Amino acid sequence: MIPAAFDYKRAGSAEEAIALIGQYGDEAKFLAGGHSLIPLMKLRLAQPTVLVDIGRVKDLSYVKDAGNHIAIGALTRHMDVEKSPVLLQHVPLLAHAAGHVGDAQVRHRGTIGGSIAHADPASDLPATTLALGATYVVQGPKGKRSIAAKDFFKGFLESALAADEMLVEIQVPKMNGAKWSFQKFNRRAQDWAIVGVAAWRNNGTSGVGLVNMGSTPILAAAVSSALSGGASIADAAALAADDAEPQGDLNASVEYRTHLAKVLVRRALEEASK
Amino acid sequence: MSITQERTNSVIGQRMLRREDPALLTGEAKFTNDLAIPGALHLAVLRSPYAHARIKSIDVADARTMPGVVAIYTGKDLHSTWAAPMPCAWPVTPDMKNPAHFPLALDKVCYVGDGVAAVLATSETASRDALDAIDVIYEPLQAVTDLEVALSDKTIIHEAIGTNKSYTWNLKVEGTEGAVDAAFKSAAYTVSERYVQQRLLPMAMEPRAVAAVPQPFGGDITLYSATQVPHILKVMTAITLGIPEHQVRVVAPSVGGGFGSKLDVYAEELLCVALARKHGAPVRWVEERSENTQATIHGRGQIQFVELAADKNGKLTAVRVRLIGDMGAYLQLVTPGVPLLGAFLYAGVYDLPLAYDFSCTSVFTTMTPTDAYRGAGRPEATYAIEVAMDALARKMKVDPYELRKRNYIKKEQFPYTAFSGLTYDSGDHLAAAEKAMSHADYTNLRKKQATQNVAGARKRLGIGMTSYFEMCGLAPSRVLASLNYGAGGWESATVRVLPTSKVQVVTGTSPHGQGHETSWAMIAAEKLGIPPEDVDVLHSDTAIAPLGLDTYGSRSLAVGGVAIAGACDKVIDKARLIAAHQLECAAEDLEFAQGTFTVKGSPDKAVPIAAIAFAAFTAHNLPDGVEPNLEAQYTHDPKNFSWPFGTHICIVEVDTETGKVDVLKYIAVDDCGNQINPLIVEGQVHGGVVQGLAQALYEEAVYDEDGNLKTSNLAEYLVPAACDVPPITTDFTVTPSPTNQLGVKGIGEAGTIGSASTVMNAVIDALTGLGVTTLDMPASPNNVWKAIQAAQGGK
Repeated sequence: MIPAAFDYKRAGSAEEAIALIGQYGDEAKFLAGGHSLIPLMKLRLAQPTVLVDIGRVKDLSYVKDAGNHIAIGALTRHMDVEKSPVLLQHVPLLAHAAGHVGDAQVRHRGTIGGSIAHADPASDLPATTLALGATYVVQGPKGKRSIAAKDFFKGFLESALAADEMLVEIQVPKMNGAKWSFQKFNRRAQDWAIVGVAAWRNNGTSGVGLVNMGSTPILAAAVSSALSGGASIADAAALAADDAEPQGDLNASVEYRTHLAKVLVRRALEEASK
Repeated sequence: MSITQERTNSVIGQRMLRREDPALLTGEAKFTNDLAIPGALHLAVLRSPYAHARIKSIDVADARTMPGVVAIYTGKDLHSTWAAPMPCAWPVTPDMKNPAHFPLALDKVCYVGDGVAAVLATSETASRDALDAIDVIYEPLQAVTDLEVALSDKTIIHEAIGTNKSYTWNLKVEGTEGAVDAAFKSAAYTVSERYVQQRLLPMAMEPRAVAAVPQPFGGDITLYSATQVPHILKVMTAITLGIPEHQVRVVAPSVGGGFGSKLDVYAEELLCVALARKHGAPVRWVEERSENTQATIHGRGQIQFVELAADKNGKLTAVRVRLIGDMGAYLQLVTPGVPLLGAFLYAGVYDLPLAYDFSCTSVFTTMTPTDAYRGAGRPEATYAIEVAMDALARKMKVDPYELRKRNYIKKEQFPYTAFSGLTYDSGDHLAAAEKAMSHADYTNLRKKQATQNVAGARKRLGIGMTSYFEMCGLAPSRVLASLNYGAGGWESATVRVLPTSKVQVVTGTSPHGQGHETSWAMIAAEKLGIPPEDVDVLHSDTAIAPLGLDTYGSRSLAVGGVAIAGACDKVIDKARLIAAHQLECAAEDLEFAQGTFTVKGSPDKAVPIAAIAFAAFTAHNLPDGVEPNLEAQYTHDPKNFSWPFGTHICIVEVDTETGKVDVLKYIAVDDCGNQINPLIVEGQVHGGVVQGLAQALYEEAVYDEDGNLKTSNLAEYLVPAACDVPPITTDFTVTPSPTNQLGVKGIGEAGTIGSASTVMNAVIDALTGLGVTTLDMPASPNNVWKAIQAAQGGK
């Protein structure tokens, strides 16, 4: 439980952080809340030689109403996402999902940007923001660019972020009164989901995100398209795993995980239709 | 005087807060790894990544040159250091096979985690870094992780013994020859079941830690260890290292839980002592959590074949049990004895005629060694009989409680001599069961279940019960002798009244979370008639408490607590002589109550024990033949095991779509005889119940076919947290044990012994209507779903 040796640099601003990462190259890693990276380092599964601590970049922790969407600073902690009055009003699904990340200690340290940039398919917020059609703003040496959530996740723990880029903002469309449901199925309350579902419905449109159903967070597009074509909830839910490529693990076989996704999507859609 | 009957000014029975807690809760308590030891070298152990392999070569040249590295040793380097192999204290049969086991492997590794090399460095980090630089070439061999495959001897793990079978131990009791076979032949009902007791990781909150400190100018060494057994460790350290025993002192500082996993003598303890002596410097080691999952013993690990025969009323007529025990790669301290601790309990709490046939064959596998884990053999036995009783009830189509009532040993039959020859001291199973049933509102609950569990119900209700006996208070030494155990079962206590009348109690028990300091002070306070605040309890240091057999097997109160009461009696007897001398009366004319000797019939003629303590200290005026000082040592060797019992009920709801089990309610009615501190008793029940429930629903040490432990961290190995645990209703009946003066029995393991079968019976009960009749632990959502699918014809 002792990480390999590394250097530690603290950045005061996003620009400084990006410059430091540029300086140290591939062996450097951003450190935000540390709740994904530090455990990997302790097990020596990750051995970055330099950590660039962005934890004190104050101006990246915010939740702002930006008209059609809510802008969330990448360093906003899960607990602040969960309790944000702005999100509770306009994107309640995200606030609710943030309240199910890990345990209270994790939620007080971990950040939404860290969770999304880590691109763990088993994490709650990548799939939830994906279902909500979020846009991620990333910043590099040449300035900022926006990446749609559906284009962001490239593979297991892989994203569209370049090595010298940093996720700075998450833009989530307002839900405009859409009904929603978040289903997290696990054996212990603190665990990653065996399967999770974030779903919303509004006037014939819908979004369904799947947690832990493949190497990336999954958008269950087949479900939404069936619903907009007039399919019943049960029929649409039967397509829940069509866009997924689930893996088996100690908690669930591929067969069981596929079954769970269908059951949980059905339950989510039922709840989001009440 | 029986203090259990005359409760004037009673301390015993009060819900006193634990005196240990302020230090533990504020972080002030000092655990082994908290001890400041200047100049200590740090030990790290290189562990085998293979389950079964020959060591072809070990190259330490690069590692030796790394910064901070002081020395590196292989098994061969240290071989001449050991005077004896690592100890197994329980050779259960004369022909038991016990392969030599040394702290570091010699030419072969037999499980993932087996020690291969030891690094000594000036910092913990340097010691860990050097492990990566040691180059070992292995020749991998076939892993053996399946008990039935192990039995086939297809791949032999220890060539020197030529078989994977360690021993077969039998207990066959028949009133007339052939009674068991005859009973099965003439039975109206039989059940034949196969259960798997999955391996569990004990997972104490504090992993193991060791520090060995050589004392200057002499041969002696002080060994600090996160152990349950400082006294046993002292003897074994002396034997395995060939150090004169009087030059070894063992101290167990604050110890953060054990559950049996610290009832052992481990390689790292012996390595620290050996290397501290070699280098003339302190050597310390602390276990990482992932290391703990491989290098500390595992629990359970049995396949059980259980058969019951019953007459037309469901009265049991015979029990037949075949076990395969998973010893793991080597025999640790009491590994082979664990199945024997359950061997007498496969008839549970039932009145069985002389028709019992038990046989256990234990095998080596290429996995971490197993050993005693909370309950040790008794939860396994209770699980088998209680889950099988439910199977019998289903077959007979009778209510499982009704079936049990027809079989309970009745209150008036106690003390009851069982088929095994053991005597059950006292009990009232029906009373405990009735109390539990009343908490559950059983009759109405069954009605609710019938309404809820209709075809197609998404959530099905299940009700499970267990009535258990715990054989504890280990143990009468002569019984241990008959089981071939290598030590006795007594416990020692010294009670010392200081000149100012404050009291020191010295105990040979070694608490690691049980609250002995609180409970033992209460016992002495009650006996001596003084406030518990005036009693200090000294323990867990062989220099302070030289005599003892430590803490395990729910023994500490029933053996160690009773020893304290006995030592108090001796102190009172001596004080009585001095009091009689002072009051100029005959000793027989004095009565002792509430800390004061009074002449019978003359209440004004009295002297408090405080005054006698000072008189004994000054020794100015003692009666002839009475030695100065007020102190007595007493060793208690119990006449019998103690037999706590009770009934647990669990109510679950199973989601038939997802297979998820929700525990709605858990009821534990236990009888541990008289209770010293009910607050501590309830805490033990809570913790115990959760550990059994964890086996039923969450925990399993999973190995792949190559012998890699897949559950080697706390994200994969699912220990339930507080929010995953249901509300637990605790209640009690009180049936004092007649075999000790406190009337106590023990409560440390009862919760675990009763709970796994209770939860599993509830889950199976919920699914009975779907055709599910058997289910392996843990009842994870995936496993439950699979069982439903299979019962429904795989659709």
